[in-house]
Amino acid sequence: MRVAENLNAALAALLAREPNLYVLGEDVVDPYGGAFKITRGLSTDFPDRVLSTPISENAITGVAAGLALSGDLAIVEIMFGDFAALAFDQLFNFASKSVSMYGSRLPMRMVVRCPVGGGRGYGPTHSQSPQKHFVGIPGLALYELSPFHDNLAVFEEMFAREEPCVFFEDKVLYTRQMGAVEPPFSVETSGGVARVSLDGPPDCVIIAPGGVAHRALAAMRSLLVEEEITCTLLVPSRLYPFDQPDVFDVDVRAARRVFVVEESTAGGTWGAEVAHLLHRRHWGRLALPVTLIHSLGGVIPTAAHLERAALVNESTIHSTIREALRG
Amino acid sequence: MTRPATAVQGETSDPAASSPQDADLSLMLMIRAFELKLLDLYGRGLLNGTTHTCLGQEYVPVAVEALLDRRDHVFSNHRGHGHYLARFRDPAGLLAEIMGREGAVCAGVGGSQHIRRDRFLSTGVQGESLPVAAGVALHLKRAEPGRLACVYVGDGTFGEGAVYEAFNIAALWGLPLLVVVENNGIAQSTPTSRHLAGSIAGRAAAFGIDHRLVETSDVTEIRRTLEPLVSRVRSRATPLVVEFVTRRLGPHSKGDDTRPARAVQDLREQDWYARCAAAFPGRFPRLDAEARAHIDAVAAEVMARAPSQWEGS
Repeated sequence: MRVAENLNAALAALLAREPNLYVLGEDVVDPYGGAFKITRGLSTDFPDRVLSTPISENAITGVAAGLALSGDLAIVEIMFGDFAALAFDQLFNFASKSVSMYGSRLPMRMVVRCPVGGGRGYGPTHSQSPQKHFVGIPGLALYELSPFHDNLAVFEEMFAREEPCVFFEDKVLYTRQMGAVEPPFSVETSGGVARVSLDGPPDCVIIAPGGVAHRALAAMRSLLVEEEITCTLLVPSRLYPFDQPDVFDVDVRAARRVFVVEESTAGGTWGAEVAHLLHRRHWGRLALPVTLIHSLGGVIPTAAHLERAALVNESTIHSTIREALRG
Repeated sequence: MTRPATAVQGETSDPAASSPQDADLSLMLMIRAFELKLLDLYGRGLLNGTTHTCLGQEYVPVAVEALLDRRDHVFSNHRGHGHYLARFRDPAGLLAEIMGREGAVCAGVGGSQHIRRDRFLSTGVQGESLPVAAGVALHLKRAEPGRLACVYVGDGTFGEGAVYEAFNIAALWGLPLLVVVENNGIAQSTPTSRHLAGSIAGRAAAFGIDHRLVETSDVTEIRRTLEPLVSRVRSRATPLVVEFVTRRLGPHSKGDDTRPARAVQDLREQDWYARCAAAFPGRFPRLDAEARAHIDAVAAEVMARAPSQWEGS
């Protein structure tokens, strides 16, 4: 099953199960079914709860917050994650704050879905990975779409948190297959983290969320074949709070070399937060500082050759790890 | 003060024509006494942070609240003490919140601007609550037909894009949203003439939303005028903008008034307090003294309380 189908099926199952769930977004109703077709068919089955909205990211997110405030559940689709900037106030100052600023815990069950990432030539305002801008907001949890995490379970977890969540979905994942890794690698998922590994202790650990996991996997394969470097890949479903260090401990202790991969442009990234936490926990036993691998610190160009040069990819990951381990 | 350019006339204002019920007058006076007490406490260095008083605007929530049902939602703003007190008549809880004492409505976390209780919620960013109120109205339309979401905003809030995104959605989707505009002619320090092009009526009209201008401060007359309009918001599930031409007698926050003393004095002469004091020489002084004594007692009692406890979340 493709990732998009799994996501679509998850939304359909949730709408069927939760009579108080709304799905809101620009152009989400049939026959269009959303710019990336993730909501296709939903409005036909649930016409009063799957609603196309005006081009108003702030208001859509605010409406979702109002629904959550009323005890409903809401999922917002932001057509391109870049536009979540227009909804930032509703997330940063209202929805996330409301969970705690009224003195007692107020459940806010809402998810803002953000298709993100480049690789498709959409240019500087439609290709960003804005995860880093949402890291560290009290009461706001961040998740990322992954081929290794069933979306229905992920949505269940997000709603169970009873606080607003942003779900980042790398656009290039939509057409990929769920869950597949080719031998000699194998994958197992537990505690919200997928672990792709070989038999035996690895030379390094790569932490890479869903959007870059397959690029990390490709680099792992070439590193194995060309350099005999073995890597274990950890793919977390939740980016923030990054509060499950136990899940990473065994692998980090064994490998002593950690690389964090993200598509974000350089500077103030999610990976920096992860590195900080791992340094705090493992400083004395690490063989190298935790190394960040991300896109260049510039705008994301439209032209294919320029975009390729800007964004993190298999060869960036391969060469960074090879140089760190082989010098 | 700046008058809206496209005023919908219809209200008359004869100071002596209408007589507020004692309960309404007492509530207005209680809010007045509460706000004056806050400024006094700030002046004495007894409060943390800042506050925005509704001196001069007390009659608006007193008039509006009587048109609302307990199951209606109320969204308030940074200048929201009157909105809260008109709904709950709980000066002790609100003062405890502002002072961070036991019994605080929100454990002292929210303070003056961030209060939630039952179906009342205030928040401190201009315009932010309009889309939220639209979302609540969407819920109510489906789950509790006949109920509405009432949101208080000021004239300054009309500079925020969130207002228009919410107007558009509320009108398109037919949402039971009552927008109460307290147009006090000034946004912090900037007069309406310098921050608002056109008019609030014109902006409502642009979205096909009904607008009613209220120029009187007579609560009985206000209710008589608005009652059928508010009923229509419920029965037709349609938005309405009610714009009050009102006056902010105090500073924006605790002590930042740059207006000439003469201009403020002119506003005081139009104040409901002066009008009622003149119109009801018998009962007004008595009710006013009672309100002040009540707030004095509340303040003394709340100040003696222990600090509020918050376990975080």
